[in-house]
Amino acid sequence: MTSQSRLAGLLREGRFVVTAELSSSDSADPEATWRQAEVLRGSVDAINCTDNTGAHVHMSSLAAAHLLVEKGIEPIMQLTVRDRNRLALQADLLGAAALGVRNLVLMSGDDVTAGDHPEARRIYDIDSMQLLEVAAAMRDRGTYLSGRKLEQAPTFFIGAVENPFAPPLEFRPLRLQKKVRAGADFIQTQLVFDVRLFAHFMAMVADLGLVGKVFIIPSIGIPRSARSAHFMREKVPGLHVPESLVARLERTPQARQAEEGVKIAVELVNAVREIPGVSGVHLIGIKWEEGVVQVAEAAGLLPRPTLSPLVSAGGRG
Amino acid sequence: MRVIERLVLAVEKPLKEAIWDCQMCGQCILHSTGLSCPMRCPKNLRNGPCGGVRPDGNCEVYADKRCVWVEAWEGSQRLPVFKSHIHHLQKPVDWQLQGTSSWINLLSGRDGKAPLGWSPHPALPQRGRVSEGE
Ligand code: SF4
Repeated sequence: MTSQSRLAGLLREGRFVVTAELSSSDSADPEATWRQAEVLRGSVDAINCTDNTGAHVHMSSLAAAHLLVEKGIEPIMQLTVRDRNRLALQADLLGAAALGVRNLVLMSGDDVTAGDHPEARRIYDIDSMQLLEVAAAMRDRGTYLSGRKLEQAPTFFIGAVENPFAPPLEFRPLRLQKKVRAGADFIQTQLVFDVRLFAHFMAMVADLGLVGKVFIIPSIGIPRSARSAHFMREKVPGLHVPESLVARLERTPQARQAEEGVKIAVELVNAVREIPGVSGVHLIGIKWEEGVVQVAEAAGLLPRPTLSPLVSAGGRG
Repeated sequence: MRVIERLVLAVEKPLKEAIWDCQMCGQCILHSTGLSCPMRCPKNLRNGPCGGVRPDGNCEVYADKRCVWVEAWEGSQRLPVFKSHIHHLQKPVDWQLQGTSSWINLLSGRDGKAPLGWSPHPALPQRGRVSEGE
């Protein structure tokens, strides 16, 4: 088998990792994807390729992830159960492995009604929990869900998502535990703006004995303007953006709002870093890769570490 | 057999639809979901809520309806015996059972059949998994 996940290696070495999200491409030209990825190169350890994010159609995460592999940049392939049944999901997982994708984030996905094809048929053949189990079984037992053997099992570092801020709040850490049992090696959370609530969530996660069993990577959003903060507050499902944050940006003169957004993000990075059990940050600059680099720089996260040689990853830690 | 199934369905369907808004998936897990039918979730989630639940506890998709899983969580906490069953990992839905009688499928054992590659399957070696509680 070829290379292993670098991200997994860094996390297992105890490094504080930085991941980021690639703006999804609407171009048939791979250069568009590469241009964005090049901005992030060296400032992050791995890059998420989203799967029809917000239920809007874009280039497939599998293709985008492969384009990154071609350039020697490590991708994290997101895959939702919204658009594919169990056959298509497993086919894409195996294909991704063959194309050099090592990191996955498996999720339910925003509903089609949130996107640009609200009249589409929802699939949801299996749920995100079951997809975790399926991916883990492909890796650990080398079988499809049907039980049929794979010729060569993939080596995946399997991620999942959790939203610490959505009801029922007391159930969220338990659901995270269930995801770990189903096969999640790491978790990327919903965007954190309310640090106190997040710290409370992490305390419950620690009480369940999950610290050390799963790497938790909170997402930090970088608002570029008061308008984008307002948009996130109103339009993005499952996102809780405090009014005070929008107000802070609105008070800032327009020309300096981006700078203020970076400042807000840096404050959030510094705050979540202090919380026990936090293994890294996932930076999301919406259509704004430069913002990610600025935050990584200003938060003292650069340069990114190189992996010590001979660290073996893959499989369960 | 056909006749018996039809008779059972004639009782089960209206009853469960009236009480639980049952969607007749034919593989009932109501006792694991606080008596809130998970197939009413527009994403058909059988293992817990999505991340889109609104701050008021309503569904991401239907803003005027309570999230099925918010109800499931609350319901499960009220159940005396099956309280912990909400933490069980539910196997993928067998869509062949849609519209059939879950009572008959329970008695015949048909609803307990998981795909061979599903990990709790006894014929396969277990991965190192934490026990699921009682
Ligand atoms: S909010 Fe609840 S009912 Fe609505 S789609 Fe998500 S899990 Fe299902």
